[in-house]
Amino acid sequence: MTDDEQEIFDKLSELLQPFNEKQVELKPQTEIAVDLAIDSVSVMDFVMEVEDHFDMDIPLNVLSDTHTMKDMISVVQARKKT
Amino acid sequence: MVDLLDKNKALMERMQRVAEAGSRVGPVNEKLLSPTRAMIDGRDTILAGTNNYMGVTFEPSCIEAGQKALAAHGTGTTGSRIANGSYAIHEELERELAGFLGMKHCIVFSTGYQANLGMMAGLAGPKDTIFLDADSHSSIYDGCTLSGAQLVRFRHNDAADLDKRLTRMGDTGGGHLVVLEGIYSMLGDRAPLADFVEVKKKHGFQLLVDEAHSFGVLGPNGCGLADEAGLMHEADFVVGTFSKSIGAIGGFGASNHPLFETVRYSSKPYMFTASPSPASVATATAAVKVLAREPERRDRLQSNSARLFHGLRGLGLELGCDEVSPVIAVKCADEPSTLVMWNELLAAGVYVNIALPPGTPGKLCLLRCSVSAAHTEAEIDRIIELFATVVAGNQLATASA
Repeated sequence: MTDDEQEIFDKLSELLQPFNEKQVELKPQTEIAVDLAIDSVSVMDFVMEVEDHFDMDIPLNVLSDTHTMKDMISVVQARKKT
Repeated sequence: MVDLLDKNKALMERMQRVAEAGSRVGPVNEKLLSPTRAMIDGRDTILAGTNNYMGVTFEPSCIEAGQKALAAHGTGTTGSRIANGSYAIHEELERELAGFLGMKHCIVFSTGYQANLGMMAGLAGPKDTIFLDADSHSSIYDGCTLSGAQLVRFRHNDAADLDKRLTRMGDTGGGHLVVLEGIYSMLGDRAPLADFVEVKKKHGFQLLVDEAHSFGVLGPNGCGLADEAGLMHEADFVVGTFSKSIGAIGGFGASNHPLFETVRYSSKPYMFTASPSPASVATATAAVKVLAREPERRDRLQSNSARLFHGLRGLGLELGCDEVSPVIAVKCADEPSTLVMWNELLAAGVYVNIALPPGTPGKLCLLRCSVSAAHTEAEIDRIIELFATVVAGNQLATASA
């Protein structure tokens, strides 16, 4: 991961902690909903935290193609540029 | 090849846990005795989770209208509104509703769920953006997805959060639709409509209010939250259902927009399904007339709701919200204790809704009551008494959820 990706990964990990009840170890390839066994509402709540932290909108439509932490990093990077 | 239902194994395990706790997902009403009583498991049970707010399901004028329509128009329409399924009674219902709401146009859908699907998909398209409250009903989420619009979720009942997101989004080149609910189905709280209207004046979006749980219930004319707030003119679109205050099945969308009638041809959930059956349409029309003719039903509902709200709060139970509405939810500690208490309440003679994540906001486990104008004071008092025995006595329930 680049420094920028690592920085986003660390922040996403921090924001995800309140939803990570099973304390699953987070890696770039971790599938957020599946590996953490969290429901769709929790995923949307997590995304809302990400939006607020990075001051960006992440439309829900993006989420159908966003599964892993790495996917989420890409979403944040892409939307930072817009 | 992967078995399609493999992904439901966790769901199966959860269903088994529920069954082991002695519950069925949805107990069977063996015989309805009245709008507020049924025989369940051979016992006379008070129904306190039916959303039958106005108690019209056994109203003689509604039953008579349904029976006449059944005899006159048959059992079903066997077709879409845009083919052979438009009857004079569908248009009569639309006129009756438009008149009740004081709006120019009304479109009837076959279910409440389809009303939201049909309205979102009929109004918004891929170039538009829908801003929806985080606690929106599943039918709103599904309708938004069906529309293909860009979807932005804002924090529940937080007009400032919506303002921030609209500002950040700026001009997208498409339309912006904001979706709110009059009364939220799980916790019974209302949207702070005046605050949202301020944001509307600043940004100029179009506003849809889903009055599913507030139509017939709120406002001097029973039109819902927008009526209660004196802001009917600010609601560009109103959605409602017949499966609550109207005691039938179906739903509607209404508007003063001069192009609103075109939604009939831009909404697949309207076009590609059979129109509501004659008996259902006729009972709905009769029920709208009852709501208009008998405003005292709203007063009784309000007084019953206040009685249950204060009774449950008096037991020290934590409720879903601080304002009285016919939806009164008791917060519980966790899923196992909620299941136990729900079963005990049912065995003792009261049916309430059990609501569990992910169907609830904030992962709450709820014992959700809905009050009816048809409840007697004695029934309300009995519900409170049973909550005192079963729920307030349970230490788990009083732990902060």
